[in-house]
Parts: sequence; structure tokens; C-alpha cells
Amino acid sequence: MNASAIIQGETPLAVTRLTVPGMKCAGCIGKIERELAKTPGITGARANLSAKRVAITHDPALDEGALTAALLALGFESQPVADNPLASDDAERRRLTRALGVAGFGMMNIMLLSVSVWSGADGATRALFHWLSALIALPVIAYSGRPFFASAWMALSHRRTNMDVPISIGVILATCMSLYETVTGGAHAFFDSAVMLLFFLLAGRALDAEMRTRTRAGIGALLGRMGKSASVIGPDCTARRVAAKDLLPGMLVLVAAGEALAADGEVVEGASTLDNAMLTGESAPEPVGQGSVVHAGAINVSAPLRIRLTHVAEDTALAEIARLMDEAGQSRSAYVRIADRASRLYAPVVHALALAAFAGWMIAGAGWHASLTIAIAVLIITCPCAMGLAVPAAQVVASGALLRRGLLVKDGSALERLAECDVAVLDKTGTLTLGSPRPDLSKLDAEARAVALGLAQTSRHPLSRGLAAALRAAEVEPAQIEGLAEVGGKGVTGRWQGNAVALEKPEDAGQALATGLRIGQRLHTIPFSDPLRPDAAATLAALAAEGLPTRILSGDRAAPVAACAAALGIPSQGEADPRAKLAALEALKAAGHRPLMVGDGLNDGPALAAAHASIAPGTASDASQQAADAVFIGEALMPVALAVRVAKATMRIVRQNFGFSIAYNVLAVPLALTGQVTPLVAAIAMSVSSLVVIANSLRLSGAAR
Amino acid sequence: MTGLALLIPIALGMGLLGLAAFLWSMRAGQYEDMEGAASRILIDEEDEL
Repeated sequence: MNASAIIQGETPLAVTRLTVPGMKCAGCIGKIERELAKTPGITGARANLSAKRVAITHDPALDEGALTAALLALGFESQPVADNPLASDDAERRRLTRALGVAGFGMMNIMLLSVSVWSGADGATRALFHWLSALIALPVIAYSGRPFFASAWMALSHRRTNMDVPISIGVILATCMSLYETVTGGAHAFFDSAVMLLFFLLAGRALDAEMRTRTRAGIGALLGRMGKSASVIGPDCTARRVAAKDLLPGMLVLVAAGEALAADGEVVEGASTLDNAMLTGESAPEPVGQGSVVHAGAINVSAPLRIRLTHVAEDTALAEIARLMDEAGQSRSAYVRIADRASRLYAPVVHALALAAFAGWMIAGAGWHASLTIAIAVLIITCPCAMGLAVPAAQVVASGALLRRGLLVKDGSALERLAECDVAVLDKTGTLTLGSPRPDLSKLDAEARAVALGLAQTSRHPLSRGLAAALRAAEVEPAQIEGLAEVGGKGVTGRWQGNAVALEKPEDAGQALATGLRIGQRLHTIPFSDPLRPDAAATLAALAAEGLPTRILSGDRAAPVAACAAALGIPSQGEADPRAKLAALEALKAAGHRPLMVGDGLNDGPALAAAHASIAPGTASDASQQAADAVFIGEALMPVALAVRVAKATMRIVRQNFGFSIAYNVLAVPLALTGQVTPLVAAIAMSVSSLVVIANSLRLSGAAR
Repeated sequence: MTGLALLIPIALGMGLLGLAAFLWSMRAGQYEDMEGAASRILIDEEDEL
């Protein structure tokens, strides 16, 4: 994806952006920027730690594959950035921030002039200050008010009303009224109130947008792991690379070891094992041979395969899951945010009050000018300034607190929905368990450990990688193995100190997950297990304490699922395919529950999208992370229970904020109705209520402790 | 009034200057990578000299 080309000297250079999820600290930035520039063909690299992206300036002759390989050599996995799906979000956030800056400037300068008027300036000075205020306020309101005016117009043209309608009416009426006062040399101009209102409301909007973009960054594109191209073997036995979208059923494809499948098909030649973890959530690799049906997204682990394609592009099992997810996700978009629900009740009341004030004073014979001033004072004083901040302020503080505990919440509506969940459904592999096989090393002596690491570190087989990772964690130095060779489906062999050594399939193949280590004549069996996360039981107890009974819904075989459920003492359902998982979630929803889904595999994707709220671990497939409302990082499961607790605390604070706003209105509205509200009173009331709401929200910063 | 004629333009000018600086820094991408900016200070660049 050569987004743009810049000219440097004679050769135009290409710029490519890659997502690097593993980039976490200053050391990573330094390493990437310093080392990458030393690679031939790469002129420079610039890392963005917040977005977890690297922009690489390079010779156009280098392709994405070469760049990815260069990053992998430094120890970072990376993926090309898809056609910037976040661009529109980003533009909105920038627009809001600019509008906030302009409103801030206007508010401070108008306030400067207003304070002089309040402290007694009159006559020519007051008129001058009002004119200056108008000069500043009009462009500022026109610019900063646009997000509200546009949204209010949208709502009105669809014959609905939202929070922005009373705001827009209030601001526009107050501006017109103040202009009239200025022209006629009147005493009260509300320019300061109108601009201050916009400033506080924009602050709420900007916080909301900031929260959305911050946590969405780093989450890769949908279907990122599906093979992007394949080597097609022509009739003349030559291989050429064909992009996934151009593949046709019936083509013969060669899949090298370590490559991801780009389409569904049937094995014609070769024997290997496939890592299907993304599709089924099963951690053990599946052996395949001639005649086996294989799916796009699976990774060929050990030996090359020749595959005859049967389903391509939109027809693959993977694309089918993506479609299910898409459909399931649509029900969620119908969710109405709490602020909008509040405004549905609030807006008509405010409009009715303002109208009643105008009509009442007209009937009382106050004249249209005085009546209109009072009606506008009612609109300004009741404008949902504190309400506009009530929700985003609490949610931003809460999500910041959760972020520090390793949980990324994607947006505010996720927190609202999390707080409403009343039953939790968990996947087994990768969610309750760690999802990667861990070896039991207790029976190996130091010598065997060194040999095992020497053998295991050369292989990409999941068991070997699990073994190598565990041995490295135990600080084992690898033995020097000579003549290393890997035979697909058999194992790794070599020679060490004159003895034949091997990592191979154990002879008693009854055990599901184990590997045999042969050193000369000695034979060790290393059993593997996929252990539960260390705090799984504690998390389930914590969830139950929050009023969420838990159950397991897994695509894994029934026996291990039942064993796991029995160990944790919760009900379970095994052998569920993506459709069955989706059906189970729909059934729960039909029964009036609001399910929380926690899962990682792509097979959980539709269920994650359909659930009332969903959480995925950071090791989950890209598509699942995309579908989930929140992502947690690390080995602990506790962030899930923490998320529910903090979400509930957030909603408590939001309700308090609403309660305060309403109480404030109950006090202030009679003042406005009786015509006691001057611009000074309005300004003080507005700032105090906003500050109280923000201060109350800040109490959440300790909620995740 | 002569004081005002001097002070108000100064106040407005300084406000505008601040606003211009904010808009410029936003356009220049200074808020794109807040975490990175905080971390970069820790990078040792001993071999870059």
C-alpha cells in the first residue's frame, strides 16, 4: 500500500504504513527506528506509539513482504494497514478539537469584556464592549457551533429531537437576542453564556471522540490473517503468485509451511498439520492428508501441501463467519445511548417551559421584549451543559482507569452496555484457558532441557513453540544440535554429542497433547496442557458476585469442555460451531437476558457481535477483537470482572451527575421564570454545575483498584 | 479610554496568537502520538553521535 511517494534527490521514495501491535515502550521505538533504517532500501522509519504504527520511507522496489520480514527480523510482527478505516473518526476528532480551541479562545476574551460590564461599565464603554463581544462571538459561534447545528438539523429533518436541538435553539436565540440588545444599546448581552455553553459541550464531545479513537488504534483490520495471495501451479508446472480475490475454484495451489491458506479447498498431495486455532479455537494442530478439507485462515504448520481450491473469496467459511458477524452486529447499532434517552424526556420539557414562560409573561403584559428575554434565559439556564458532560466525563475517567489495568474499552456505549449485562457466556480455549499449549517440564533434567530447547527453537510447530517459550522462560541455554532436520507430521531430528536426538510424536499416541524427546536411547514424554488462566475461578466468583452467572460455550470437543466446566462448577455446552454459538446468544436474548460474551476465536466472532456486550483477550483473532467492545491484555482473566464492576460504578456516577443536573435545574428554573437571571447569574450557574459534574466523575479514577 | 484602546487589542492579539499556536501545533501533528512523545525522551541515542 504505497500511500504516497515523496521525492528525495533523484529517486522517488514510497511510504508504507504498518501496524505493529507488539510495540510497547521507548526501547521498541528506538530499536525500530534505528535498526530499520540500516536495512538496505529503507531510508527511514517513524513510529507512532499511540496508534502502534510505523511509517517506513523506502525504495519502491521493496514490497510489503520485505518490510514485514525486516520488522520480523527485529522481533516485531506487523501487518500492512488496511485502507485506513479510522480516517473518518480521526477527522471528526480533529474537527471537534479545533472547534474546542476556537470556542475556548472566544470564551476567554468575551469573559474578559463581560467581567468589566458586570463590574459596572456603562454608557459608551458598555456599548463598545458589547460590540466587541459580538464581533468575537459571531464567528466563534458560527464555527464552533457547527457540530451541534448540523446534528440538530439532521434530527429535525427526520422529525426527531435530540440533545442538540435545545442546545442549538438556545444558542441561536441567545445570540440573536444579544445582537438586538447590542444594536439598541441594551443592558444585558448573553454572548458569554452562548460561547461558554458551546465550550463546555464541545469539551464533552471531544472527550467522547478521544476515547473512541484512542482505544480503537492498534486493532487490526478484519480478516487480516487470511492469506492475501497464493502460489498457483499452472498446467506447465510453473508457480505464480495470485492475489486472494483473483483465485478461482479448481485452481491447484501450493501452500508452503508457515503460510496461511487464502481459500477453502481439498488436499491433493502431501501430509501436514494445520493450525486451525483461528477458525475453531482448537489449540492442538490438526493433521491433514490427501482428501482432507481445509479452510482459508488456517496456517500450514509443517510441510508443503498441494491443494485443489473449492471455495474462494466470498464463499470461504471465513467470509461466511464475517457475514454472520456483520448481520449480528446490526442489532447492536440500534442501542440508544443513555444521554439520548435522557434527552428524549428532557428536550420537550425544556421547550415547553420556555414557551410557557414566554406565553405567561406576554399574558401578564410584560411586552414581547421582556417576555422573550425571560424565555431565552430559561433556555440558557436549562441547556444541558452539565448533562452534556455528565456521561462522557465519567466514561473517559473510567476507561482511563481500566486502561491502566490492561483493559481497552472501545467506546462509551460499551461501558453502558457492560453495566446492563446479567449473564456471562465464556469460550473455553484461549479465554478461560491461556490458549497456547504449556509443557510440563518437571520430569526433565538440565541436559534434557537444553537439548529440547535446541530442537524446539528451530520449529514453527505450536507444541515446539510452546516448549521453546517455556524453556526460555526457565532460563535454559540451548544445546548445540548438528544436522537439524524437520519432517512434517513426524518431528525434528538432529545429532548432539554424537547421539541421535529427536522431538517426535510420542509412541503411545492415545494422549492428545504430548511430545516425545529422544536422546540416544533414552526417551522422555513431555505432556502438554492448555492450563486455565490462573485467576479463572476467582474471576467467575467475582462475576457471580456482580450478579452475572457464568456458563461455558465452546467449539471444542464435549469431553474437555465438560471437564473444564466441572472443575469450575458452571454449566457448559461444547461442540458449538459459530452458527450454534450465535443461536445460543440469540436464545438468551429472546429469554430477556442481556448476555456478556467473552471469547477469542474467529468462531466466537458472530456471538461476540450479537451479545449485549463482549470482551476479547488480546491474543484473540483480529476479527474477534474488532467485534468485541473491549479487549484485555495479559494472562489474568480478572479484567473481565473488573470491567463489569467499573462499568456499574460508572453508571452510578452518571446517574448521580444526571441527578445533580436535574436538581440544579429545579433550583435555577424558578429564578429564570421570574426574570431574575442576568448574564452574570447564568455564567456562574453554568460553570459551577459543570465543575461539580467533572469533580464527581473524577472519583472514578480509583474505581479500578 | 486611551488605555483601553491599547489594552484590548493587545489582549485580543495575544489570545489570537495562542489560538494560532494551538491550530498550528495540531496541524503539525504534535498531538498524534502523545504516548510516543512521553517515551521518546527515554531512548538512548549513544551511537547517533
